[in-house]
Amino acid sequence: MKAPPGARPPRGAAPAGQGAAAVVSLREVAKVYRMGEAEVSALAGVSLEFAAGSFTAIMGPSGSGKSTLLNLLGCLDRPTSGSYFIAGEDVSRLDDDQLSEIRLRKIGFVFQSFNLIAQLSVRENIELPLYYQGWPHAESMKRAEELAGIVGLGGRLEHRPNQLSGGQQQRVAVARALANDPEVLLADEPTGNLDSATGVQIMDLLRGLNEQGKTIVMVTHEPNIAAYAAARVHMLDGRVDRIEE
Amino acid sequence: MHQSRVARNIRLGIKTLLLHKLRSFLTTLGVVFGVGSVVAMLAVGEGASAEALERIRKLGSDNIILDSIKATEDVQSGSVRSRISIYGLTYDDEDRIGRTFEAVKRTVPVKLVRKEGRLGDRTLEVRVVGTSPVWFDLVRREVIAGRLLGAEDDHGSTNAVVLTEYGARRLLATENSIGQTLRIGGGYFEVVGIVRNEVSSEGVQVPDEEVDAYIPIHVARGMFGDYVVRRSSGSREQEFVELHQIIVQVRSTEEVAATAAGIEAMLARFHKKMDYKVRVPLALLRSAEATKRTFNIVLGSIAGISLLVGGIGIMNIMLASVTERTREIGVRRAIGAKRGQIISQFLIETVVLSSVGGAIGIGVGALIPWLITLFAGMPTVVTAYSVVLSAGISLAVGLVFGLYPAVRAANLDPIEALRHE
Ligand SMILES: Nc1ncnc2c1ncn2[C@@H]1O[C@H](COP(=O)(O)OP(=O)(O)OP(=O)(O)O)[C@@H](O)[C@H]1O
Ligand SMILES: [Mg+2]
Repeated sequence: MKAPPGARPPRGAAPAGQGAAAVVSLREVAKVYRMGEAEVSALAGVSLEFAAGSFTAIMGPSGSGKSTLLNLLGCLDRPTSGSYFIAGEDVSRLDDDQLSEIRLRKIGFVFQSFNLIAQLSVRENIELPLYYQGWPHAESMKRAEELAGIVGLGGRLEHRPNQLSGGQQQRVAVARALANDPEVLLADEPTGNLDSATGVQIMDLLRGLNEQGKTIVMVTHEPNIAAYAAARVHMLDGRVDRIEE
Repeated sequence: MHQSRVARNIRLGIKTLLLHKLRSFLTTLGVVFGVGSVVAMLAVGEGASAEALERIRKLGSDNIILDSIKATEDVQSGSVRSRISIYGLTYDDEDRIGRTFEAVKRTVPVKLVRKEGRLGDRTLEVRVVGTSPVWFDLVRREVIAGRLLGAEDDHGSTNAVVLTEYGARRLLATENSIGQTLRIGGGYFEVVGIVRNEVSSEGVQVPDEEVDAYIPIHVARGMFGDYVVRRSSGSREQEFVELHQIIVQVRSTEEVAATAAGIEAMLARFHKKMDYKVRVPLALLRSAEATKRTFNIVLGSIAGISLLVGGIGIMNIMLASVTERTREIGVRRAIGAKRGQIISQFLIETVVLSSVGGAIGIGVGALIPWLITLFAGMPTVVTAYSVVLSAGISLAVGLVFGLYPAVRAANLDPIEALRHE
């Protein structure tokens, strides 16, 4: 937990090699949404580095660009300008299929509203990334069992998501995000739909994963949740306002 | 491994569809009726042509059948108590046809005789066909007992008679009757054989329907002459008819139509009245084809419209499903599913829908012809080919109408999709 997530305020790209083991790095990334005539600048000149094994919270007021940033990190979107490296590979110019492949191999997502697939069982939900990776069914079933054990849901493999509590559903979502052993785990307000006690349980789970070496980037606006992270990046109007370690 | 992956995809598709059982079932109805119509249409068409072929087999595809008919004016002017009507085909006609047309292989005369017949203790009126031995070559008749008429019977010392199965039943003849004497009119005949006769079916009158026996034609002519006396309701009517029927065999089926036309022209020249009729069994094929065409147009339109409506129904439901499952699509994309994988997921679902519809449709389509046969008496045949074709059509409907919704699902922006409520 010692290597702090390197990040440089406004200008100037984060110098390469600053964080020796940076898994994810953004350089002068901008995202502009076009809405007819008007242009909305969601991100402007963001340069950040996330070291391997780091745990970072992204904070900021509504509309400051947190989700936009996380979506870029998750390769769900391409930056309008700037470059984005994940595990040394520049992904800012990849096409749709290549981005899918990066998400499939290197990224795990946890969403605010769990986003489990209703018609699939817990096991099948966890298996989903492995299914798309083309794992043999028997092996992916075994892996799903392991992961369910890790998040403490070993006994609920054949349940449907709607038979689980919110906290349990989020655990399944975490297990699913871990299935592909991602380079980085991205969470957008993972506790936003949970009561505080359950939220704490999820945060304990995430902290445990981070202690085992998983790189985590999490969006939140709750200070007590952000406190779990080793570093907090404060966003304002699409820029990095300050970094707190 | 690949095999099981496909099976797994299909299983997952079915699972998803079963979430909305009624909706999925209703969606398939269009395909059910479309495919049902295709199977039914082909079954009726197949039945019609099978029946036509059967008729042709009975009558011979290379045959032309000429019948004597009593011209209508003769029938009407029956004011005299006793009169003679002379009409019909003549021995000269037969001879002339045989000599004139090169395409004619041979001709068979048929003379009908109605006389009292007696076999053992049994006496009843029998219908006897006087013909030449060639008759049996043209209309293949199975021998039940004894033998057919042969060339030797034309000149033999005893008169031979061959009974039909029908005649044998009426005369109470059995295999043991071979060699016994049958009295026909004033003549004595030896029973030499019994043959199976064809039964006429709807639209096909076989030449020897309700005929009891065959005898050589010149024996018939020599013994009974060409006069027929008919008594009906007190009036006595005499007819003079040489031949009741001539069967003309043509060298090849290609020459049948032209030869029939030639014969018609020739008969028209030599006969003052229309006291004959020309039948061409091959022409039955044409009428069967016309029936088939009519059914194809009617059921084909139903099939086409049903499949179109069914396809649009499936597309509509799949589009609704895509909208409903926008978030699921977003999640799958976020996890790393490629566009192609989303497309195949939705395509599998539509193909499963349309295939199930197709399977039910094939069942319905097999039932309809059965009902048609039951209630309308039309022959129908459900062929394996029509089942395979229908399965292919339902698959194609799924693919064609599933493609657009699937592509739409795949083209959703993952971020938008994840934000969808
Ligand atoms: N698809 C889009 N089209 C146009 N503008 C967008 C789009 N997505 C985001 N924006 C704009 O970009 C800015 C940043 O949005 P973003 O969702 O990243 O904010 P956020 O920090 O996550 O806010 P919140 O805390 O409310 O989730 C906002 O002004 C938003 O209106
Ligand atoms: Mg947000």
